[in-house]
Amino acid sequence: MSHFSIRQLQYLHCGPMDLQIEAGEIVGLYGASGSGKSRLLRALADLDEHQGEVLLNDAAQQSMSAPQWRSRVGLLSAETFWWLDEVASHFQQFDQQQAVQLGLPEDVGDWPVSRLSSGENQRLGLMRLLENRPEVLLLDEPTANLDPQSTAAFETFVVDYVQQQAACAIWVSHDPLQLKRTAQRCYRIEDGVLVGNGECA
Amino acid sequence: MLISLSSYDLMLAAILVLLLGMLGWAMHLGITRSLYIAALRTTVQLLLVGLVLKTLFASTQLWFVLLISFVMISVAGWEILSRQKRKLRGWWGFGVSTGSLFVSSFLITLLCLLVVIEADPWYHPQYAIPLLGMLLGNTMTGIALGMDRLTQTAWQQRPVIEQRLMLGQSAPRAIADIRSEAMRAGMIPIINSMAAAGLVSLPGMMTGQILAGAPPVEAVKYQILIMFMISAGTGFGVISVLWLISRRLFDERDRLSFKRLLKKA
Repeated sequence: MSHFSIRQLQYLHCGPMDLQIEAGEIVGLYGASGSGKSRLLRALADLDEHQGEVLLNDAAQQSMSAPQWRSRVGLLSAETFWWLDEVASHFQQFDQQQAVQLGLPEDVGDWPVSRLSSGENQRLGLMRLLENRPEVLLLDEPTANLDPQSTAAFETFVVDYVQQQAACAIWVSHDPLQLKRTAQRCYRIEDGVLVGNGECA
Repeated sequence: MLISLSSYDLMLAAILVLLLGMLGWAMHLGITRSLYIAALRTTVQLLLVGLVLKTLFASTQLWFVLLISFVMISVAGWEILSRQKRKLRGWWGFGVSTGSLFVSSFLITLLCLLVVIEADPWYHPQYAIPLLGMLLGNTMTGIALGMDRLTQTAWQQRPVIEQRLMLGQSAPRAIADIRSEAMRAGMIPIINSMAAAGLVSLPGMMTGQILAGAPPVEAVKYQILIMFMISAGTGFGVISVLWLISRRLFDERDRLSFKRLLKKA
């Protein structure tokens, strides 16, 4: 059972923000481009400087090493990058079945990374991230490059993971319908603070 | 027997450099200015040193030799820094390059003078200064190349490094590939010249000694000594630079912090 708490978080010109996410819960975030959504996720993954407290199961971010924190609080950024030649080399064990579930070709593991489309990139990026079994998922517009069918598969996959692992997630999206499908609560980022009563419109 | 070079001989070579500079300018390669400045400097500096070399070697004062060494090391450190497209902010850049030269050249020269050559006195400038000079000249190139490769590649591959951090990799692991690439870049010149020595190139010092009448085997032994010292020096120097800089590129929470790098020069 995980829970994820954000207390008085400030970064750049944004904040302070407070948010509490319970196990198995997905919180949707939306807001204009440049409102600081991606920056928020980066701060939560401790990739950018920030003030305030972020806690995972009451353990503060600073109480563990940054790599340890980042493998427990996984960020899927809007763009995914690869550094080896082949897709499967980036995985400890490439799960073909999982790839098919996400609508990817069976042999995608053997592909050179240069062959991946941006949609394939994102789905494989998710698979790679989930290998760490993160307790918190931070998703930054993960389906921006996916067709409706793959988007549906992606959503189901994430929702199942969060429920099975009793994980927490923050899902940033420009699509209100998507958030309504996936998230239990939604907030808008406006002028650097979270607004709204939590209802997904 | 020495064939004296006339000013015309030198001028011919100078014209080649001049032509290269003009071609570089026409092709917008951005190298002309530094090429011309370096050519001018080599002329003036060598002429000046040539004039005082005899006096320099005549003095056997320890403090004097040390003073000259420190001047040489600082200048070499400064030169490394000015070959960098992106340097570390503040005194760090100069500190890192000079510090690594100290490790790579000064300490190794010291070791060589005390243990291997054993001149009387051990700091005899006739041995100390040329030895340090050869080491500095070569390790300087390696260090400058390795350092430049590291900062440039890290800058260009920022998304990849951050991606690896996001997946929970530690800073050293996230930059490991770039570090070994930079190490390679720094070591290639000396590995090349060791591999090609005798077959492709006749190293200048050895050739000079033989032409001046020294027994070939003695000259060869000196050359091998120098080559080993240069490769060890370059290696240790590049490693210390890579270690210092890659630590400096990340903060205590394993975040990339490029604000410690200066903008492109």
